[in-house]
Amino acid sequence: MSEKEVKNLDAIFEARIARDEKIEPKDWMPEKYRQTHIRQISQHAHSEIVGMLPEGNWITRAPSLRRKAALLAKVQDEAGHGLYLYSACETLGISREELYEQLHSGKAKYSSIFNYPTVTWADIGAIGWLVDGAAIINQVPLCNTSFGPYARAMVRVCKEESFHQRQGYEIMLTLCKGTPEQKAMAQDALNRWWWPSLMMFGPTDAESTHTEQSMKWKLKRKTNDELRQQFIDQTVPQADILGITVPDPDLKFNEETGHYDFGEIDWDEFWQVVKGHGPCNKQRLEARVSAWERGAWVRDAAMAYADKQQTKKVAKAS
Amino acid sequence: MKKDWPLWEVFVRSKNGLEHRHFGSLHAADAEMALENARDVYTRRNEGVSIWVVESKYITASNPADNGELFEPAQDKIYRHPTFYDLPDEVKHM
Repeated sequence: MSEKEVKNLDAIFEARIARDEKIEPKDWMPEKYRQTHIRQISQHAHSEIVGMLPEGNWITRAPSLRRKAALLAKVQDEAGHGLYLYSACETLGISREELYEQLHSGKAKYSSIFNYPTVTWADIGAIGWLVDGAAIINQVPLCNTSFGPYARAMVRVCKEESFHQRQGYEIMLTLCKGTPEQKAMAQDALNRWWWPSLMMFGPTDAESTHTEQSMKWKLKRKTNDELRQQFIDQTVPQADILGITVPDPDLKFNEETGHYDFGEIDWDEFWQVVKGHGPCNKQRLEARVSAWERGAWVRDAAMAYADKQQTKKVAKAS
Repeated sequence: MKKDWPLWEVFVRSKNGLEHRHFGSLHAADAEMALENARDVYTRRNEGVSIWVVESKYITASNPADNGELFEPAQDKIYRHPTFYDLPDEVKHM
């Protein structure tokens, strides 16, 4: 293809997106669109998969059968979300094995929030309430994104996500209505998860390198700062109902703007964790890689069995 | 021996009376496992009463680059639509 023809295709493509048309896997797309989507969708899939680890930590120690069943179902949902997203990503021409390889080698990133430890049961409540709450705000606009398979996967994910948040908030509510020790545990979890949750929306708009292009492709419909503000505005009143305090002395409702003003986020911490120096980065990746490697013989055995059955069927038919 | 599990497409009938609809895809070693995985991945909340799986390599798809010759000829055949025909207003039930 000549340079002029590609330029022409580019223009047609951008016009389609501007008209809110969806792009499907076999459609022509600029290489940068493909690469950006592989990066974002796979990062999203990896986050779902690694996200099972901090919560899985508490399944065997859930305080009741009701809580245990709910947590198991939630963790199973995260696995499902990872699988929807991996298959959406594969439609862009990358294999599942390559995607796993990128995660396991550290080449691909996942959400930094999962590099924090879950030290008490209240952390399971805080994750559902705050982390899933932030994820919902990030994900809802994606149901409308330009790449069809990603948008369809997100519709499914968003439908299932609301149970996650409600079960988390209910855990917090129960603790806050319990003994002083239980309430202190809920407060402690909020203290530790609040700031990392705000960081989930990514760097400030001024620092964000991908925002402009992603807005154009409808991979993003609101900026990081807008989404972060939305999260704070809807979460602070929920903390008030619990009767616990958001750990930010500068947090104050601004009558003029109708939004909460909030304190400075520790971006050094954010970049440290992104670069691999968070409290659990090493542990998370090791758990993931070890599960993959130790499961290899099962995958091979299943394939060998399938081949054998196939051979038998062919032999019988001939 | 190193062989990756093939890709399967999953179709689910959400209730009797409706057609199977494409839900997504997954990897599995064989058809039986593809069905079991499809149940776990795509029907955790009563989304279906019947599942079809087919290995993705068996699907032949049209190429969007051919959309012109495939679908445009239908555009100028407006006489296929009822509104093409002029009838007086007095004619009812037609």
